[in-house]
Amino acid sequence: MSMRLFVSHDAGALAVGADEVALALQQAAARRGVAIEIVRTGSRGLYWLEPLVEVATPEGRIAYGPVTENDVPSLLDALAGNTPHPLQLGATDDIPWLKRQTRLTFARCGVIDPRSLDDYLAHGGYKGLERALSLGAEAILNEVTASGLRGRGGAGFPTGIKWKTVAQAKADRKFIVCNADEGDSGTFADRMIMEGDPFLIIEGMTIAGITVGATKGYIYTRSEYPHAIEAMNAAIIAARRAGYLGTRIGGSAYDFDLEVRVGAGAYVCGEETALLESLEGRRGIVRAKPPLPAHHGLFGKPTAINNILSLAAIPFILAEGAKTYADYGMGRSRGTMPIQLAGNLRYGGLFETAFGVTLGELVDDIGGGTFTGRPVRAAQVGGPLGAYFPRALFDTPFDYEAFAARDGLIGHGGIVVFDDSVDMRKQARFAMEFCAIESCGKCTPCRIGSTRGVETIEKIIRGERISENLALVEDLCNTMKFGSLCALGGFTPYPVLSALRHFREDFLPAPTTLQAAE
Amino acid sequence: MTAVYEPCYEPWDETRGAEIIAEHAGQEGATLVILHALQQAFGYVPEAAIPMVAQALNLSRAEVHGVFTFYHDFRHKPAGRHVLKLCRAEACQSMGGDALAARAEAKLGVTLGNTTADDRVTLEPIYCLGLCATAPSAMLDGRLIGRLDEKRLDALVAEAQR
Repeated sequence: MSMRLFVSHDAGALAVGADEVALALQQAAARRGVAIEIVRTGSRGLYWLEPLVEVATPEGRIAYGPVTENDVPSLLDALAGNTPHPLQLGATDDIPWLKRQTRLTFARCGVIDPRSLDDYLAHGGYKGLERALSLGAEAILNEVTASGLRGRGGAGFPTGIKWKTVAQAKADRKFIVCNADEGDSGTFADRMIMEGDPFLIIEGMTIAGITVGATKGYIYTRSEYPHAIEAMNAAIIAARRAGYLGTRIGGSAYDFDLEVRVGAGAYVCGEETALLESLEGRRGIVRAKPPLPAHHGLFGKPTAINNILSLAAIPFILAEGAKTYADYGMGRSRGTMPIQLAGNLRYGGLFETAFGVTLGELVDDIGGGTFTGRPVRAAQVGGPLGAYFPRALFDTPFDYEAFAARDGLIGHGGIVVFDDSVDMRKQARFAMEFCAIESCGKCTPCRIGSTRGVETIEKIIRGERISENLALVEDLCNTMKFGSLCALGGFTPYPVLSALRHFREDFLPAPTTLQAAE
Repeated sequence: MTAVYEPCYEPWDETRGAEIIAEHAGQEGATLVILHALQQAFGYVPEAAIPMVAQALNLSRAEVHGVFTFYHDFRHKPAGRHVLKLCRAEACQSMGGDALAARAEAKLGVTLGNTTADDRVTLEPIYCLGLCATAPSAMLDGRLIGRLDEKRLDALVAEAQR
């Protein structure tokens, strides 16, 4: 009987050698005359253990990691002789980092073969659609509203209300647009779910289509994600072939089809109206709202544009019921959030958990402190437009309102950790520089303010009229915040002002060494 | 063992360009789709293709030129034989990405965004490859590299220069 092994094909695993390990396993097994079958899965999201090799046993999957090509012979010895191996981590499901999570959206990611629709179905796939079809549009809407699901892109707008608006709009055509333009540094959940469980996105979008009366959907993702694009396209073809996309999906009266569209390296296209412009084939220039995309969206038609993680939560909500989902979380943040632990962390990866966990728990306990072993100084939460949090604010619970109350945002759930070698002047400068590079140019405060911001922070770094220039930066930030249409110009002040406020010492002139006066 | 992704592009050819444009022109909002397809075939978007795209989509040249110049991805001339992209975003900064970028610039003798004089290597910044838990990261042609350090970077630079 052949032995079944699982090696991730996720881009994050490939970047640390998963392909090389899979090939070495294949070749070494062939040389030994051992029959093995290697299933290429998505990633479990435990990136410090990648390349992770899992072995199917009657007791469940046993994990080994991080495995290098050089470990392959000894690993095969251990497997053949059923003897211990230094890289053995025990049953994958019992690894504490995984066991502590509440994986509702990412339940299948890293487990199934993302290219196999059968595998998806065998692991509970399309149960949500099945129930959705039995409920009908209005009842689906009630479920989604009752689940309390809010936009996972960061804005936190209730998904049920957005869908209701589109459902009520009258038009000859409507669209579902999946925002998978995951440009925030420190985030990779969209990439992981597209690579690891692409049918989930198709199912979520199909349910959205049925609910609002749309027959066509677009997934807009990044050119920086070639593996995700490939995985999504393959899944769409497989779903179409099996009757899950196209006309009369799943034998129902509904039609729905999907297309992947690829951006071209413009961060601002993650903003929903710029994304719609880009999808229409134009420059990614932000549109003024109103009109809302729900009324006047893609090609001028009513459009439900949702973040991919919102759409990915839908199948669970439908399959298990709104209450099951809403029972997780705190306050007005219901359900789970796939949090991405990134940057200078010992244990970086995807941690899906109910809202309410504190930033400190995420960084120190779950993330294990810094990779470099130095003290944690700052955590930027929510991407390049998110605030830098100092240790003093690590008691902030992961919740839309709690972060907003501390002049921050949870954004798309990315947390980037910095050790004590960080120079916060550089980080503030970079926030402005990034805004200058990526500004679509529509709003003057964003287009020009960001460049002036870079220059002014550079003056501070050079020690020129520090207090006056600090005041100028603060004033500029206010102008950008209130004078920009979208979050790029509007939120760039978050990282800048948080750096100024919480790490003031970095911006002040170095204290002159005083003579010891005795 | 390292997989080799040697990019292989066709020389610009008007007939071939017209074919590519025609293949995608029927899609709604096809401009980006076509520009991507042209760049995939030729390695860049030749100037001569812009009016052809405009005509096929019933747009003005200025509109297509505007789209072409808005997006960082599209090239107006071929890149070097190899393209080394270094992630310059925050997660990679937190792991020493700045110093690695400076090192790559020094080794190749070009600043980010430029091609070496011998046309072998184009060094580019990229803002996030989504490999933020194994930072710093890079991409050499199509291949992803995580946990970059000086040694791995030097090896990548040497590989690109070959």
